[in-house]
Amino acid sequence: MRARVMDRAATVILTLIAILIIGTLVGLLGFILTQGWHKLNLDFLTSPPDIVNAGGGIGPQLFNSLYLLVLTMLIALPIGIGAGIYMAEYAPDNKFTQFIRMSIEVLSSLPSIVVGLFGLLVFVNMTGWGYTLFSGALALTVFNLPLLVRVTEDALRNVPRSQKEASLALGITKWRTIVSVILPAALPGILTGAILASGRVFGEAAALLFTAGMSSPNLNFTDFSLTSPTSPLNPFRPAETLAVHIWKVNSEGLTPDARDVADGASAVLIIAVLLFNVSARWFGTWVYKKMTSGSN
Amino acid sequence: MLTYNKRQFTENITGRTVALVCAALLVIVVLSITYFIASKGLSTFFVNGVSISEFLTQVKWDPEGEPAMYGVFPFILGSFLVTALAAIIAAPLGIGAAIFMTEIFPGFGKKVLKPVIELLVGIPSVVYGYVGLSLLVPFIREQFDVLGFSLLAGGLVLALMILPTITSVATDAIEAVPQDLRNASLALGATRWQTIWNVVLHSSLPGCLTAIVLGMARAFGEALAVQMVIGNTTKLPGSLLDPISTLTSGITLNMGNTIQGTPYNNALWSMALLLLAMSFIFIMILRILGRKRAVK
Repeated sequence: MRARVMDRAATVILTLIAILIIGTLVGLLGFILTQGWHKLNLDFLTSPPDIVNAGGGIGPQLFNSLYLLVLTMLIALPIGIGAGIYMAEYAPDNKFTQFIRMSIEVLSSLPSIVVGLFGLLVFVNMTGWGYTLFSGALALTVFNLPLLVRVTEDALRNVPRSQKEASLALGITKWRTIVSVILPAALPGILTGAILASGRVFGEAAALLFTAGMSSPNLNFTDFSLTSPTSPLNPFRPAETLAVHIWKVNSEGLTPDARDVADGASAVLIIAVLLFNVSARWFGTWVYKKMTSGSN
Repeated sequence: MLTYNKRQFTENITGRTVALVCAALLVIVVLSITYFIASKGLSTFFVNGVSISEFLTQVKWDPEGEPAMYGVFPFILGSFLVTALAAIIAAPLGIGAAIFMTEIFPGFGKKVLKPVIELLVGIPSVVYGYVGLSLLVPFIREQFDVLGFSLLAGGLVLALMILPTITSVATDAIEAVPQDLRNASLALGATRWQTIWNVVLHSSLPGCLTAIVLGMARAFGEALAVQMVIGNTTKLPGSLLDPISTLTSGITLNMGNTIQGTPYNNALWSMALLLLAMSFIFIMILRILGRKRAVK
């Protein structure tokens, strides 16, 4: 029976492929975590990097990554949710809607370096701001919008029609219905998507090389003004993020322990991405349970 | 609340307008990215007078030489080679894993493998670059007695990066094949492998091709991971073990060191324009594949 032998062989080969892939991917995660494990202490996470001597940390970079994440989400979430509402509730079936859909498709498959170069041209040079956190946040907004719009649209479409109809039947206007009935019901889905998008923001580097820059001023963490050049909260200062730092240390690092720093920083980045992923799943379910007060 | 008052009316209109503006913003962003990158990228040909055919086919890249040479063919070739290599490695593995997850071990696939693979899609590219740099490059150096930074290293790193993408999209495509088709084939006496090969793969072919093209689009536009491991020389590669350059790595390395408006700088923008054009081509291919899938 040739067919039977072929069947066996194919099963074995496919299983081997699966084992190879799982092995590689688990090995990859394991490698990054074990390499960086010894660097994961408070000192490394909080102290500034040292360009000449060994022993520098990633404090400012970690802060920059988180702050950039907040800034990006402040800009991207309202626009993304707004556009998602339009696509799910209003968009008529015409050429313009098709054009918006195509734009979403284009944006989601643009190489991030192209988005970064666009940012360099428009948010860095034309505005005259120079390399700033804010330019970086705008570039990352461009980069993340398609994901947020799609997630919002899906979440809104998944809200049962009956809920919407019940609200409309009570004489509540369409906009009120969207804001106070549909949007809350879609919230778990939107939040899950937003957290996943945050993970991408946290790890993104190519678009930031040309917008937020590759250096950080010496930050004074007791200065909370929004305008002082050494204040960590000033959005109009250059900022090197964790992911950019990994790239810089690896490709032009002068520090004697560059390898160590890269090990530690990569482990931190991976742990952050894992946290974002796990919390996205967990948070979505949690909010859903809260809102449906329930047994689901 | 049954009367439709003026306040509600304005609220309805305002809400709709805000949502529309958010959606229209996506179109504006795409148009302005295309406009700005194109206007900068085309100035190499219209302001600096480099001929397009020379730019695309010349093998000599020496923008600071006398006379300056702007042949970007080595970069183009590098991008294509590295993308092709990544696809050749990742496509069979990714689709094999997708078949394993859906057809051979569906319970385990859905509960364990799928979430793990979705999680791996989110790992930042600098981390892949760092792993390539600290594991793969030294390994190739020792095995083959070469520099290590090479087309092979770039292709392997990219293959690893796009593997989760391909697996995840192909899994969705294969899962979408109706169970009836499988049952019919099995009822005719076909073995499981014959069913997978002739029925499942056949009817999910557009979806699997979509997965591969998506992976290739990602590989083509990837910048930092590739830049870290391929060596970045502008000579044409003679073998898999030779260092190469890609469009993205060329832009990444030189954009910061050139002065805005110089012919050298403009040539880099032209390379960005090529990347943008390629990403439009990938989208077109994906649209055609999508239409095929819709017909099925």
